[in-house]
Amino acid sequence: MLSAAQVARIRNDFPVFDREVAGTPLAYLDSGATAQKPATVIDAEQDFYAQRNAAVHRGAHTLAVEATEAFEGARAAVAAFVGADPDELCWTKNATEALNVVAYGLANASAGLGGAEAARFALGPGDTIVVTEMEHHANLVPWQQLAARTGAGLRWIPLGEDGRLDLTDLDDIVDEHAKVLAFSHVSNVLGTINPVGALVERARRVGALTVLDACQSAPHLPLDLHGLGVDFAAFSGHKMLAPTGIGALYGRAELLAALPPVLTGGSMITTVTMEGAQFMAPPQRFEAGTQPVAQAVGFGAAVDYLRHIGMAAIADREEALAQRLVEGVARIPGVRLLGPADAADRIASVAVDVQGVHAHDVGQYLDAQGVAVRVGHHCAQPLHRRYGVTASTRASAYLYTTDEECERFLAALAEVRGFFGADS
Amino acid sequence: MSGLDQLYQQLILDHAKRRTGNMPLLGAAEPPVGASHQINPTCGDEITVEARRDPATGRLLVRWDGEGCSISMASASAMTELAEECDPEGFNALEARFHELMHSRGQAQPDEEALGDAAAFAGVSKFPARVKCALLAWMALKDAVYQIEGADRA
Repeated sequence: MLSAAQVARIRNDFPVFDREVAGTPLAYLDSGATAQKPATVIDAEQDFYAQRNAAVHRGAHTLAVEATEAFEGARAAVAAFVGADPDELCWTKNATEALNVVAYGLANASAGLGGAEAARFALGPGDTIVVTEMEHHANLVPWQQLAARTGAGLRWIPLGEDGRLDLTDLDDIVDEHAKVLAFSHVSNVLGTINPVGALVERARRVGALTVLDACQSAPHLPLDLHGLGVDFAAFSGHKMLAPTGIGALYGRAELLAALPPVLTGGSMITTVTMEGAQFMAPPQRFEAGTQPVAQAVGFGAAVDYLRHIGMAAIADREEALAQRLVEGVARIPGVRLLGPADAADRIASVAVDVQGVHAHDVGQYLDAQGVAVRVGHHCAQPLHRRYGVTASTRASAYLYTTDEECERFLAALAEVRGFFGADS
Repeated sequence: MSGLDQLYQQLILDHAKRRTGNMPLLGAAEPPVGASHQINPTCGDEITVEARRDPATGRLLVRWDGEGCSISMASASAMTELAEECDPEGFNALEARFHELMHSRGQAQPDEEALGDAAAFAGVSKFPARVKCALLAWMALKDAVYQIEGADRA
């Protein structure tokens, strides 16, 4: 667990914490949307442009070699960070693209592309795709599209009142018709950590592919994709201290080797004739066109930073923050916590509904106190509908969050209903 | 006055509670009804606005149903009170004025005589993230009025 002194030292690594908002130091509680960046990440990106900028995987000159080494070195670092082999990690521009690469890859296989090897990915009428009611739109809409394109059905695992998946009917929902089970490791709204083991076990039993949205777990928890046994996983760099514009798709080696590519063109082929083309092996097969090289290098610096601090220590620290936030919210009259009411199996991200006050107004009031939170539906409209609201207010912490910032959030939250006359 | 107090003037908070015009919708009815549903995709706020022209006076009759933040609800309420004093042409002129005010980034002085309670929203224009909230109902009514004018032209 990180001490207060360690958190203070970590904060010194983040230039943004020098600035003020509304005349007070910034209390940034919106890391679930995007994390702040340490100087090492900003410097790595700048240093790449200043010292090593060149096209990767081509050219024999010194800069090209150095750029390729930096690019592939970042891949190895990020792969190791999530418990994968380097060849199992494809760069994408974000997790949304990664999830779409899988969904559209399956659509391509369903259309007959990829030959006999890809036949295992084909879907059609009678098959089902299973998601959950808590999904971010990025792990829902691509599957709706795949269902529409292939004639497969879409089913989902419902949410319980307690903010956890209701697995009562799991065996019925994930039955022998299920070809895909796509689910979040951690809910971006509720903070719930899902039971990956139970879900993977059920999917394996019926031969369904598992696709893990790891956007909210990779930044906050020690992650071992090989250990979890999922088939595919997606995560975004910018939520884990890296630049925007870079994310990753993980796929088990044998699956990536059989999955038809979605984006095609330069840098992903071996031979091209006027009649057709042959593709490179993964991961290059899924990296058509010029890649976000500087961003990838920044991603490598980000995971180096996180590894240096230690993911176990970060997870322990965030559990303490989760407890502080959950207990603090419970003490405020007229404020309902969406999501698990205890600190176990959840990250330090709390979404609340303030009775009688719209989330936008809550966020505006907090911003006037220098407290930055996310308001809205957080790209999870079905989840909000499930709990009878259109929007919520979410405070999400990270390794640099202080106890005092959580207390400032809680104190301001306690004033909101009074300001808007909702307590009278 | 602090930025927050400029945004949430008492007049706005009062309108957010009063919600003039917030009542069950008519649906298809005589005389022809213009209706428009607008969504703010960032927060999921939505509003449906219906408008008719009173055959006797030529003025607009407005009803709306929606859910949203205090700015969007107050704006719908203030708009309804103003629009019911107007014929379609008068509303369009008013809407243009309000639209300009909302995009003034806090620089414009509102014409309080023309805009009435809607002048209180001048402070909203300093908060770019909230301009859409203030304009949601106005966009819907503008669309509904356009439909009424279209029915006239047909």
